Amino acid sequence: MVVVLMLVCLGASAAVAVVYAVTKDPIAAANLAKTNKAIEEVVPSFDNNPSEEILYVAADASKPSETNKVYVAKKDGGIVGYAVESTTTKGFGGAFTIMVGFEPDGKVYNTSVISHAETPGLGAKITDKQSSFITQWQGKNLTDGSVNLNVKKDGGDFDAITASTITSRAFCDAMEIAANVFNNINPENN
Amino acid sequence: MSKFKYLIDGIIKNNPIFVLVLGMCPTLATTTSAVNGMGMGLATTAVLLCSNMVISMLAPVIPSKVRIPCYIVVIAAFVTVVQFVMQAFTPGLYETLGIFIPLIVVNCVVLGRAEAFASKHSVLESGLDGIGIGIGFTLALTCIGLVREVLGNLSVFDNKFSSADGMLVFVLAPGAFIVLGYLMVLFNKLKDRKKRA
Repeated sequence: MVVVLMLVCLGASAAVAVVYAVTKDPIAAANLAKTNKAIEEVVPSFDNNPSEEILYVAADASKPSETNKVYVAKKDGGIVGYAVESTTTKGFGGAFTIMVGFEPDGKVYNTSVISHAETPGLGAKITDKQSSFITQWQGKNLTDGSVNLNVKKDGGDFDAITASTITSRAFCDAMEIAANVFNNINPENN
Repeated sequence: MSKFKYLIDGIIKNNPIFVLVLGMCPTLATTTSAVNGMGMGLATTAVLLCSNMVISMLAPVIPSKVRIPCYIVVIAAFVTVVQFVMQAFTPGLYETLGIFIPLIVVNCVVLGRAEAFASKHSVLESGLDGIGIGIGFTLALTCIGLVREVLGNLSVFDNKFSSADGMLVFVLAPGAFIVLGYLMVLFNKLKDRKKRA
């Protein structure tokens, strides 16, 4: 009885190990392609490989261990933009992660949602790249204090998605984290 | 003919969703669109086919006291294999289905067929049963997903045919119950009519 159970487990784990070894590289490639695609969407065109030039920057200087990934996009050796990965825990369906692209002067170039668990048809509209909720961020400078990073309902400058105020607030929260991260990049780089 | 019957049985007479009413958790949760339902159905079919065949091979040598742990190990191994393959080659679908891929392990359909069918039949018959049940499961999930998508999102297989807003409730959880209920009634009515004729 014990022998049979052991043999079955042994066979099963051997099979899983083989498949793991075979699919390891394609999985890594798929993940990399996904990150690269997200970066391409949010920063101006670049010619380096941002996945190899990652900075780890803390959003809150008092908590240096909690860092966000910042991908640096360069063209002809000069920096054309930063893609900041930012995760908020305030989403309606739990945490969601967005990629925010900044131009070197702190203007938002574009944003893209990496992963989320918002309600389909309501909060999930944040993934619609043409929606006015996403496009309203483009060209705004979040880092010089010229805009109030809140939805209009809370006295801020940004429209919320209809019937998705919680998701919209969470999105603002993620943008604020990204802006803080961006502010903490520059001193380290210069 | 007699062997072929096992295949057809799985689709109509023993349809896992509408007749056996097994595996409701992935059915209700993943059918927000036809593509998602189909992806979930095909992943389950792959696991069902492999696990049914392997279990029917192993059944004679497994002592009955440890048969359930052995079945679970075999099923879990195949689910992990499917998970790796999907992650590598269909990352988009893998992301949408998320936690429900690993949860195929505890899908009642898979263990149910292993215990009720594969352990008592030959490898070929179990394989046919796996394919039949799998196709039945896939068709059912695709139908539910399609209805929910058309009513809730005004799209067919992710192609929007109208830019207006759909009836959102059908994409949300309550819509899954409503659609499943009506489709189950419809399926059984048609099935009974065929039997009487």
